Amino acid sequence: MTTTKSKVVYSPTFTDGAEFQIPTFKLLKQDGSLYKGGKAPALKKDKALRIYKAMVTTRVLDERMLAAQRQGRLSFYMQCTGEEASVVGSTAALDDADMIMAQYREQGSLAYRGFTIDEFMNQLFGNEMDYGKGRQMPVHYGSSKLHYMTISSPLATQIPQATGYAYGQKLAGKGHCTITYFGEGAASEGDFHAALNMATVHRVPVIFLCRNNGYAISTPSVEQFAADGVAPRAYGYKMDVIRVDGNDILAVYEATQAARKMAVEENRPVLIEAMTYRLAAHSSSDDPSGYRSKDEEAVWREKDPILRMQRWLQKKKWWSEDEEKQLQESLRKEVLETMKRAQKRSPPPLESLITDVYDKVPPALNAQFEKLKTHIRKYPEAYPKSANDAAITSKGGA
Amino acid sequence: MAKMNMLQAINDALDIAMAANDKVLCFGEDVGVFGGVFRATSNLQQKYGKDRCFNTPLVEQGIIGFANGLAAQGSVPVAEIQFADYIFPAFDQIVNESAKFRYRSGDLFNVGGLTIRAPYGGGIAGGLYHSQSPEAYFAHTPGLKIVVPRNPHQAKGLLLGSIHDPNPTLFFEPKRLYRASVGEVPEGEYQLPIGEAEVLKEGSDITILGWGAQMEVIEQAVEMAEKEGISCEVIDLRTILPWDVETVAESVLKTGRLVVTHEAPLTGGFAGEIAATIQERCFLYLESPIARVTGMDTPFPLVLEKEHFPNHLKVYEAIRESVEF
Ligand SMILES: Cc1ncc(C[n+]2csc(CCOP(=O)(O)OP(=O)(O)O)c2C)c(N)n1
Repeated sequence: MTTTKSKVVYSPTFTDGAEFQIPTFKLLKQDGSLYKGGKAPALKKDKALRIYKAMVTTRVLDERMLAAQRQGRLSFYMQCTGEEASVVGSTAALDDADMIMAQYREQGSLAYRGFTIDEFMNQLFGNEMDYGKGRQMPVHYGSSKLHYMTISSPLATQIPQATGYAYGQKLAGKGHCTITYFGEGAASEGDFHAALNMATVHRVPVIFLCRNNGYAISTPSVEQFAADGVAPRAYGYKMDVIRVDGNDILAVYEATQAARKMAVEENRPVLIEAMTYRLAAHSSSDDPSGYRSKDEEAVWREKDPILRMQRWLQKKKWWSEDEEKQLQESLRKEVLETMKRAQKRSPPPLESLITDVYDKVPPALNAQFEKLKTHIRKYPEAYPKSANDAAITSKGGA
Repeated sequence: MAKMNMLQAINDALDIAMAANDKVLCFGEDVGVFGGVFRATSNLQQKYGKDRCFNTPLVEQGIIGFANGLAAQGSVPVAEIQFADYIFPAFDQIVNESAKFRYRSGDLFNVGGLTIRAPYGGGIAGGLYHSQSPEAYFAHTPGLKIVVPRNPHQAKGLLLGSIHDPNPTLFFEPKRLYRASVGEVPEGEYQLPIGEAEVLKEGSDITILGWGAQMEVIEQAVEMAEKEGISCEVIDLRTILPWDVETVAESVLKTGRLVVTHEAPLTGGFAGEIAATIQERCFLYLESPIARVTGMDTPFPLVLEKEHFPNHLKVYEAIRESVEF
């Protein structure tokens, strides 16, 4: 049964959708004042400062940890730099118990929810206190208590999972939703399309937040899609969509707040396209000079989302130069001290090699582990991370 | 001859193939102006233009589906998957399409021109998703060829061999050796045979078999074993599918012992297939059970990568155990 309700025409009539122009929602100018006609969302001082501090924490952490990577303390790092408003602003608009399913550049969400510097460091150094047990590369954070799904490197896989997670939330009936973050590059994966289609078909309370930061590693968005961004795709799935200035904390916050209401109260999934820019390299392994100009970067550095919010706060007399200086200093100090501590902690126990593959270790894997232990006892100097592990030094077992 | 690392050798092979045949195209995520995240396609866009070397959108199923279509049309696509760990969105296109195109059409159509390049393997602190060796998943699929080079000379000759081979070919590149492996590489076009293993060193007591980056591990282990007077025969399988049973069987008939090593997990790994076939062919000649030295039956870890890895010490121990059996 064909169910289109479209009107009939009697000559071939094509459309390229150009009549649907999606506007960009903005509230805050770079000087910290509001656009004419723009009205700041209701945001109390406490909440505004919580948002701001999470953004600054993210920036400081990123700067320090990239430096640590350069010094060889860390194998790898990825920065959120330039995208803090997109990430923190949207997370702040949710309930703290809503689910977050992120890509990898969203440490700001965790900072906002209260992930401590120590928790960040334990993951980055993969030590015995890392929740992920030292199994994943740096920045693959996860926190069940903060409702933040552990990051998975294969791109876009979290997007349909978010649709499924949110469908379960709808059935559970507690009024929660899921937000999923992804880049405009990841939005090219089949998983993205599957996720949006299922979300509207099954009326799921999920928010799709695309960080359109202009690049997927070296690939500029003009080589990623021919359309005007990612937003127009929502029409194809009959999904509500909004495009927002991703460097505008107030616009991101208000748009996400409205999206959450639609998702939770009416089971209407929403696509948000946050227009922003990846100011840093893709990762510590990347060198953007091979594919973009310093001039282009400079243009976006002028649009710094943190500075924009700081100016707004100062205009409201909620924040001062002094407080800024203090915050920066104390964060730097905390990051450095915490890093030193985390780096000194032991690696995860040897047994973490074989646990969590299944709920229980299967016998065949246990046999492999026994063999490994015997081997390490024979060549302890070749395995400095585990030679002193209790499983090796204890007399029992083997 | 020129001294090259493996990336340069691969780049050279692609350059030669593109220069020789206008139908050869190179594409994938970031392979255009940037030359790929590992720079294997450096300068190819500059040299051959954006129509023949280009960035694709970030969608592996699209990349391989597109490549299948191109190959069916008569072009010679060399598609890059950025990491072998990210080949799985394209699994359907490879396993159900590339592999079966010729068979299902009664050879009316084929995608024999297709080559898929992907960096594979561990040892670079890549954790779960930048370390996997997925050859065994594909080895279960008749219709595909799977090739893995061990050094720059082999990489160039085998890649050119893969591009010219009239069957869809997966070319897995040991990324740990991309820059670490440097050697003399002949200039100009040459092809190494697909489907043939290579005996790297003759010996009489035991046969050690591997492919790709494991060959370096084997070399170290064999050095230790030979110091103890164990004479090792070393074979690089080079092509995983279809594999060269004759060369391996002939060697084991002589030595009576076999150690097979790969990075992928033990269960369902390609060493199992080799062991089954060789015990059929050489049963009465075997002096000890065929040994497998592999990754453990777990996802690939990060911090405890060394412990998980089938390194030279583990291969050496297996050699000794086999000889002392
Ligand atoms: C399935 C898959 N393919 C390829 C990659 C390699 N990769 C990692 S990040 C990345 C670019 C992602 O770009 P985008 O989604 O725009 O996010 P951004 O990094 O800009 O935040 C690529 C290609 C991957 N992780 N997963």
